[in-house]
This record gives sequence, C-alpha cells and structure tokens, in this order.
Amino acid sequence: MAYILIFISAILVNNIVLSQFLGICPFLGVSKKIETAKGMGLAVTFVLVIATIVTYLLQVWLLNPLGLGYLQTIVFILVIAALVQMVEIVLKKLSPALYQALGVFLPLITTNCCILGVSILVANGTYNAQGLEPNLLTGTLYALFTALGFALALIVFAGIREQLSLVRIPKGMQGMAIALIVAGLLAMAFMGFSGMDKGIADFFS
Amino acid sequence: MNNLKVFLNGLIKENPTFVLLLGMCPTLGTTSSAINGMSMGLATTFVLVCSNVVISLLRNLIPDKVHIPAYIVVIASFVTALQMLMQAFLPDLYATLGLFIPLIVVNCIILGRAEAFAAKHGPGTSFFDGLGMGLGFTMALTVLGALRELLGTGSIFGLTVLPASTNMLVFVLAPGAFITLGFLIALFNLVKK
Repeated sequence: MAYILIFISAILVNNIVLSQFLGICPFLGVSKKIETAKGMGLAVTFVLVIATIVTYLLQVWLLNPLGLGYLQTIVFILVIAALVQMVEIVLKKLSPALYQALGVFLPLITTNCCILGVSILVANGTYNAQGLEPNLLTGTLYALFTALGFALALIVFAGIREQLSLVRIPKGMQGMAIALIVAGLLAMAFMGFSGMDKGIADFFS
Repeated sequence: MNNLKVFLNGLIKENPTFVLLLGMCPTLGTTSSAINGMSMGLATTFVLVCSNVVISLLRNLIPDKVHIPAYIVVIASFVTALQMLMQAFLPDLYATLGLFIPLIVVNCIILGRAEAFAAKHGPGTSFFDGLGMGLGFTMALTVLGALRELLGTGSIFGLTVLPASTNMLVFVLAPGAFITLGFLIALFNLVKK
C-alpha cells in the first residue's frame, strides 16, 4: 500500500517541477515540442534512477563510515557528472538506437538540479517514504516515480505550448512570460491533487 | 572595460533572472517571502563572487580539457563552506531554504559566469562581475519575494500593510511563483522596449 502512496505522492501530489521547483530549467527549456519532451523525460528517468542508487551506496558505504558527510555536495556532483559521461559512452556502444533518442539530452542533465536534489534527499533519508523505512528500495522507487512525475509535467506542458504557438500573444507576453503563466496554471491544476495521498491512506487504514 | 560598467551590466542590462532567465529553480522555490528571497540571493552572491575570483586566478593553470570539472569542484567547495557557515550561525534560515543551499552548485548562473567571464578576465574585474550578477539576482529575488508576500499575506518583510481581506493565498503557493514571475518578465520586456 505504502508503495502506491509513494507513487501517487511523487507523481501527482508533490510533483517535482510544479510543487517542489526542481528541474525548472529543462522544464522551460526543452518543452517546445512533445517529441523532445518525451526524450528528455526518458533521459532524466534513466539517469535519476542510476544516480540515486550510486550516490546512496556511496553515502552509506563510503561517506558515513569515514565521517565525511560534509563532503556530500562535492562528491555527489562529481559522481553525477562522471556518471552522465559513462552512461553516454555505454549507451553509444550497447544501444545506438537508445543513444540516438537520448544522446542530445544527456550532457544537459548534469546541471539538472532535480538529479542532485533527489540524490541528496534520498541519501539523507529526508524524502517522504509514506511510513516505510527510508532504504535503498524505497529511495530508488521514490526516485523512479519522481522522474516519472517530471516526465509527465514536461510532456503535458509541451503539449500546451505546441497549441500555444498557434495563437497570437500580446507583445510583452511573448516567449518566456506566457510560458511561465501557463506553468502557473498547470501548477494550479496539480494543486487539486493536494491531500489526495493522505486521503487514500486514511481510507485504507 | 571599467569595473563600474561590468558591475551595472549584471545588475540591469544582463540581469540573470529577468533577461538571461538563468537560475530559475531558486528564483521560484525560495521567494515565498521577501526575506527568504533576499537571503537566497545573498547566499548565491557569496558563492558567485568567491568562485569568480578563484577561477579567474586559476584560469591559466587549469588545462582546457578538464576546465568544467575543475570549475565545479571550486564552486562545490564554496557551497560546502557556505553550508557549514549557515548551519553554524544561521540555523533557522538554513532550515527554511533547505535543499536549495546545496543546489547552488547546479545554479547555471555561477558556472555560466565562470565560463563566460572569469575564465577570460582578471580577478579584479571578475570580482565586480560576480558582485553585479549576484546583486542583480538578489534584487530580482527580493522583488519577486516582496510581491508574492504582499499579494499572498498582505505584508512586506513581515510588516503588515494590507488588511487580511485582500490576501490571495495562491501567490505564496507554487502557482503564484510561476504567475508572478511571468508578469514581472512581461513588465521587464515592455520597459526595455
């Protein structure tokens, strides 16, 4: 049950982009077409899950035993940067088709703050595990669902922006201004989900 | 180039938030009140000024092939120092800003200025570039925070100025951040033309 709650909470209720404000740059930057939004969503999902597992293991097996917790930020960002490079090289060799789809987005992901943000949340155990023990399994699931929430928000937003490109927009509002207001309306729509996770938990308990 | 020009460039002409649209995550995430926005801006300014000066001093020593990882290490070191200082002296503020403090590392403004400015100019000019950009960012965050606080809770910097009946809570919540910034950018576009 708690796993379903993590799913609902991470995708709809506490959507990483629309209510936590992480990963806004790719959300605004690569949301002009649904196709590219899909590619970016997939690439972020892929990297976020791997990065979360690797950084969690580093935190538990290396930083914590040696008392180096304060080096977290430096170690994590370097590991993520190296990891993205490695994923790129491995994908190029193993699956050229997947590389074709994700290749362009991979270098952009290093500075996507939702990767570092979620890694830190999971490693510190400060994410909402819905009453379960914060461990590798719940952490990985949380990362996966968060990334799916990112992909969902990105694809929905790209769909709206594709339609938006067909309408006439007042001069000053063109470009990023109208995009931000649309994002605000989308965030308002997602606010409708708030409290849903708690409601479901109460209903089944 | 004189230092004043470099300083004013970051503050207005190339304002990182309103013109370059960089560093959107902290801009939206930490501006639920004027004081939070200002603190986040000042924290970013600290890291930006320090990293700009150090990267400018090291610019001839860092090999071209590894310059990005090297810059990231410099920036991450200052962020870690900032984290420790804030935990020690400003624990309440540290708790409020939370995750966004370590995330200064991935703020595109800082790496962007290192790459575009500090890697090509001397430490003195880079200092003023960092200061200008940082204060430009701080100004944008403070304005956004003050506006959201005023519309959402009827106060500025904690001082109540509007009666409770005019409060629109949505401006303090997530959607208000997007909408307020959208209108501010539209306003900036109009004024510039």
